[in-house]
Amino acid sequence: MAFSKDQLLDRLKELQIEFSQYEHPVVLTVEAQAKYVGNLGGALSKNLFLKDKKHRYYVVSALADTKVDLKVLSQRLGLGKGGLRMAAEEALVEILKVPLGCVTPFAVVNESARHVSLLLDQGFKTQEYCFFHPLSNDMSISLNAHGLDKFLKSIGRDPSYVDLEANPPVGKDQPPDLAAFVPSDAPILSDLPVKAPTQDSTGKHVSAASNSAAVAAKAVKPSGNAQNVKEKPVNTVQPSIPAADAGNFVEELLDRASALLLSEISEDSIKQHSGQLGAEVANNIKKCLREDLKNLATIFKNTAYTEGFYAGTRYQPKRL
Amino acid sequence: MEKVEDQNPQQEEDQVVNPWEVSAKDGGKIDYDKLIDKFGCQRLDQSFVDRVQRLTSRPPHVFLRRGVFFAHRDFNDILDAYERGQKFYLYTGRGPSSEALHLGHLIPFMFTKYLQDAFKVPLVIQLTDDEKCMWKNLSVEESQRLARENAKDIIACGFDISKTFIFSDFDYVGGAFYKNMVKVAKCVTYNKVVGIFGFTGEDHIGKVSFPPVQAVPSFPSSFPHLFSGKDDLRCLIPCAIDQDPYFRMTRDVAPRIGYHKPALIESLFFPALQGETGKMSASDPNSAIYVTDSAKDIKYKVNKHAFTGGQETIEKHRQYGANLEVDIPIKYLNFFLEDDAELEHIKKAYGAGRMLTGEVKKRLIEVLTEIVERHRRARAAVSDEMVDAFMAVRPLPNMFD
Repeated sequence: MAFSKDQLLDRLKELQIEFSQYEHPVVLTVEAQAKYVGNLGGALSKNLFLKDKKHRYYVVSALADTKVDLKVLSQRLGLGKGGLRMAAEEALVEILKVPLGCVTPFAVVNESARHVSLLLDQGFKTQEYCFFHPLSNDMSISLNAHGLDKFLKSIGRDPSYVDLEANPPVGKDQPPDLAAFVPSDAPILSDLPVKAPTQDSTGKHVSAASNSAAVAAKAVKPSGNAQNVKEKPVNTVQPSIPAADAGNFVEELLDRASALLLSEISEDSIKQHSGQLGAEVANNIKKCLREDLKNLATIFKNTAYTEGFYAGTRYQPKRL
Repeated sequence: MEKVEDQNPQQEEDQVVNPWEVSAKDGGKIDYDKLIDKFGCQRLDQSFVDRVQRLTSRPPHVFLRRGVFFAHRDFNDILDAYERGQKFYLYTGRGPSSEALHLGHLIPFMFTKYLQDAFKVPLVIQLTDDEKCMWKNLSVEESQRLARENAKDIIACGFDISKTFIFSDFDYVGGAFYKNMVKVAKCVTYNKVVGIFGFTGEDHIGKVSFPPVQAVPSFPSSFPHLFSGKDDLRCLIPCAIDQDPYFRMTRDVAPRIGYHKPALIESLFFPALQGETGKMSASDPNSAIYVTDSAKDIKYKVNKHAFTGGQETIEKHRQYGANLEVDIPIKYLNFFLEDDAELEHIKKAYGAGRMLTGEVKKRLIEVLTEIVERHRRARAAVSDEMVDAFMAVRPLPNMFD
């Protein structure tokens, strides 16, 4: 169900976005593209499809002259040094639904690219018009950054431009400035309300995945006028109000005790302690397990207390 | 008369240690002796450790045995009173500036849990979301959200809900707490607070008026739902030594408003993986072990990024042994390996060159993985409702049991 070049062009016309189109033989690089549309006055773009270690994807679209340093970008996104690399060709096809050499900001129109983060070079704004591939390498279209914005807004995307050449320090007191561009990878369940991106005046791309039932909701809101929000998604799925289950608790205790017991009784230990083995093992078990079991018991206690507390806050006093 | 050190962080001399910056002289190591001297606190020596063991009838925590918690103020008064049957309460806290917690962040909480269990006393935990909102320029909502997320990791350290009250400043400041804040604020001049914390004319007034917020949890009357009628109750504050300035200020003010001075027990800084001179940085995931790291991550980080004191070649190592002074795996084992005898053995063998760096790292990986695993399991059991319960303003009738 990939968006086609023609569908894209039709949509642009529908939205009354001004653009010019130029057909040419298939090109795979900016240099090749330049041969055909390089002398037409507009600026060429270079487009990178990147991924990070947590399998989140990014389209970085920049003027061909802009220097993009992946190491710097990785740090500014809060991914550490070397957290970004070029995505595999398969990902290109599967997620962006475009062939090799055809990465373009327009690819985010595809459903499969919903989670892909889009970073646009602020340099685009200084150009009268810029060239992009309209989902196919045998054509280039030129349009103004405003036109691109209009298109992106029409598909619910928040166009935000970034100074890609900037290299601000990132440290304990300077949080990564592009952290808001890292997609939140909270699981989206099919029957629940999905991304409702909000637009605010600072142009931040915000995605909110909401989920009422079992999974604890992680709603991410835009931070006022500051960009210093690091969204580090939590990977564990939270259980719904876990009940303090005495049966499970006891099973866990017994499992640990018997595992330790088994490890303590071996040919060697039998030889070593013979008659005293019982006392020896009992002592060891107590020593090794004491803290562990206390911790388990505390978790159990806290859980039971929480259940009671929760019930107490919804308690209906007796009617007199 | 206790030294109330006014340190100006702009001094050209050596190290800088205050709540917002910690750096050693010339990129070297922190000199803790100098620090104790400058701050005017006391060394925690072996006699204290023995005394704690006697009073609590259980082995002292590994952090006490290894000198991780190494300095104090008036801890002996707390112990004296405890011996006479007078209890105390614990107060510690966290500035929720990021979601990613590493092992260094957990250290004060691990120790506080031990104190709660050993002495059977209640605990209040302050989440200074307002501070981070101001200093890190986070939005109010984001800092509150981080506070709740951090609360889950804190709860996972094993605190007893029937004896623990967690609160965030944005939620709790007001009422009796605020009354105490004003009392404290009236006793500290602008010049004094500039002297202690190094504020300048460019700093906004939020920062300047923040210190009382961190001071007043030291006074039982700030928590009328917990300690009403117990104005005499003493307070013990386990924290890292960079928090000392807040409490020097508090201790100076306390007698003037009729309260006991809070006692402190202070820890060393946890070194970054790359070495004492490196900085643990929220943006460099390889500088620390995070509580969300997988076993694979831990193995990778220790093997590839831990700074070691081993020699470059095996032959040299067998001959000269390792430099234990700078070796990070040994330092980390010092914090986290429970068994004193095993640690001694490793230090001896490694220092003599009989044990190789790889073996030490392997042991460290085991120890750290176990800790992180245990934490993760405990964390998974913490629900939002449990956080609500810990943070609810409710009485704790069994807090001294």
